[in-house]
Amino acid sequence: MEQRYVGLTGNEAVATAFKQARPHVASAFPITPQTEMMHKYAEFVANGEVDTEMILVESEHSAMSAAVGAAAAGARTMTATSSAGFALMWEVVYIAASLRLPIGMAMVNRALSGNINIHCDHSDAMGGRDSGWIQFYCENAQEAYDHGLMCWRIGEHPDVRLPVMVNYDGFIISHTAESLHILDDDDAWRFVGPKRQDVGYTLLDVENPVTVGPLDLTDYYFEHKVAEMAAHERAPRVIDAVYREYGELTGRVYAPVERYRLDDAELVIVVLGSTAGTAKEVVDAYREQGVKVGLLKIRLFRPFPAEAVAAALAGRKAVGVMDRSASFGGLGGPVFTEVRSALYRRPDAPPVHDWIYGLGGRDCDTTQIASLIDQLRDVAAGKELDTVNLLGVRL
Amino acid sequence: MSYIPTRELAEGGIITRAGNSVEYKTGDWRTEKPVWVEENCIHCLFCWIYCPDDAVLIDTSGEKTRMTGFNYDHCKGCGICAHHCPPAAKGKAAIVMVRDEK
Repeated sequence: MEQRYVGLTGNEAVATAFKQARPHVASAFPITPQTEMMHKYAEFVANGEVDTEMILVESEHSAMSAAVGAAAAGARTMTATSSAGFALMWEVVYIAASLRLPIGMAMVNRALSGNINIHCDHSDAMGGRDSGWIQFYCENAQEAYDHGLMCWRIGEHPDVRLPVMVNYDGFIISHTAESLHILDDDDAWRFVGPKRQDVGYTLLDVENPVTVGPLDLTDYYFEHKVAEMAAHERAPRVIDAVYREYGELTGRVYAPVERYRLDDAELVIVVLGSTAGTAKEVVDAYREQGVKVGLLKIRLFRPFPAEAVAAALAGRKAVGVMDRSASFGGLGGPVFTEVRSALYRRPDAPPVHDWIYGLGGRDCDTTQIASLIDQLRDVAAGKELDTVNLLGVRL
Repeated sequence: MSYIPTRELAEGGIITRAGNSVEYKTGDWRTEKPVWVEENCIHCLFCWIYCPDDAVLIDTSGEKTRMTGFNYDHCKGCGICAHHCPPAAKGKAAIVMVRDEK
């Protein structure tokens, strides 16, 4: 299929993808670094390129509340946020998932206060990992664009019906112009298609009135949560099918995890987001020196692809997980705890160590990742190392 | 009470049948209950208006709507009906609160 090769920032790329999905409603409040994404989207609306009802609210709590209302009415609904904006949405973030409303959200990852910091880390989205949303983490503008299209097919699928968060790193992806391939509007629309109105419920069906979000106490709340868990269990099959179809259409073939120079790797870096791109450079450099190092990028964090992660890491000599958020007082960051738990009780489980890095946008350069690989070589040689380590910080 | 199995629950925990709260019996929340003294009742229906639930039973079939008693499945014993019952009419209350011995 013919595609256009264009230069766009990550924010522009996601705004374009969302526009091509023709949402009925967009509800958002500006916050750096998400702001530019909604600027671009508002421009599309103002220019008549897409017929979306823009709801410009007074806070993110209202942004997500309006999104919930619109989605419950049956509208394809988008929003976008970052950091403190996501924190202010918090209560309603859970409600969107509980009510099984397939809202699409651009999540431009930024550190949480305090102190106030506008730069990238994953502490905002990682706090929402238990909220019931599907979470994708993108490496670059191309992945962010592609997931900005695919998220609608995944979230709105009758077997899933969950909101989807497309994460991409603040500034590093959101404000960096990259070259990427995009579909023509018509081709994108043929792929995404209109939102199905024959599944789920809608508040606008006056012939079949329903009560949404009622009091739900000890007798049924638990069962409703189990139903939500079941939707997450069904999601991977749908994600695989959408990935396959999109791959056939565009030539860009995705999977919940990406294996980079992994087949014969003895040392493996596990990472998500833009740092994967930097780490691949370092992996290449070490490979030239004959070091058997590879990389596993986790693209889908919720539902967590535990089987694929365990299969990719079992039998290695040392694994280093990179966490761009801290879990204060916890045993390592959120990526680490998932990865190591996925390997539990496998007889061929490798030693797994965690590195907290890049908080508040601290640049993670190649020398940091090189030092991580050097430490992994030491672990493989039998040297003791702390479970949780730090990268690129002064002590 | 029989429960709907998880796999048959409506998506998102929505309620698809209107008025089903009548199936939720709340009468056992009560510690005191209102007792209707029919001979003192002037059928003013203050109790029916003030009841925060739907626990005052009335008969609308006749020319004049009449109070007929209480729905103890849903009455929570708040006593608002007794508070607003105007005893001055016959000098005696038509609704009195008594300890609910279940």
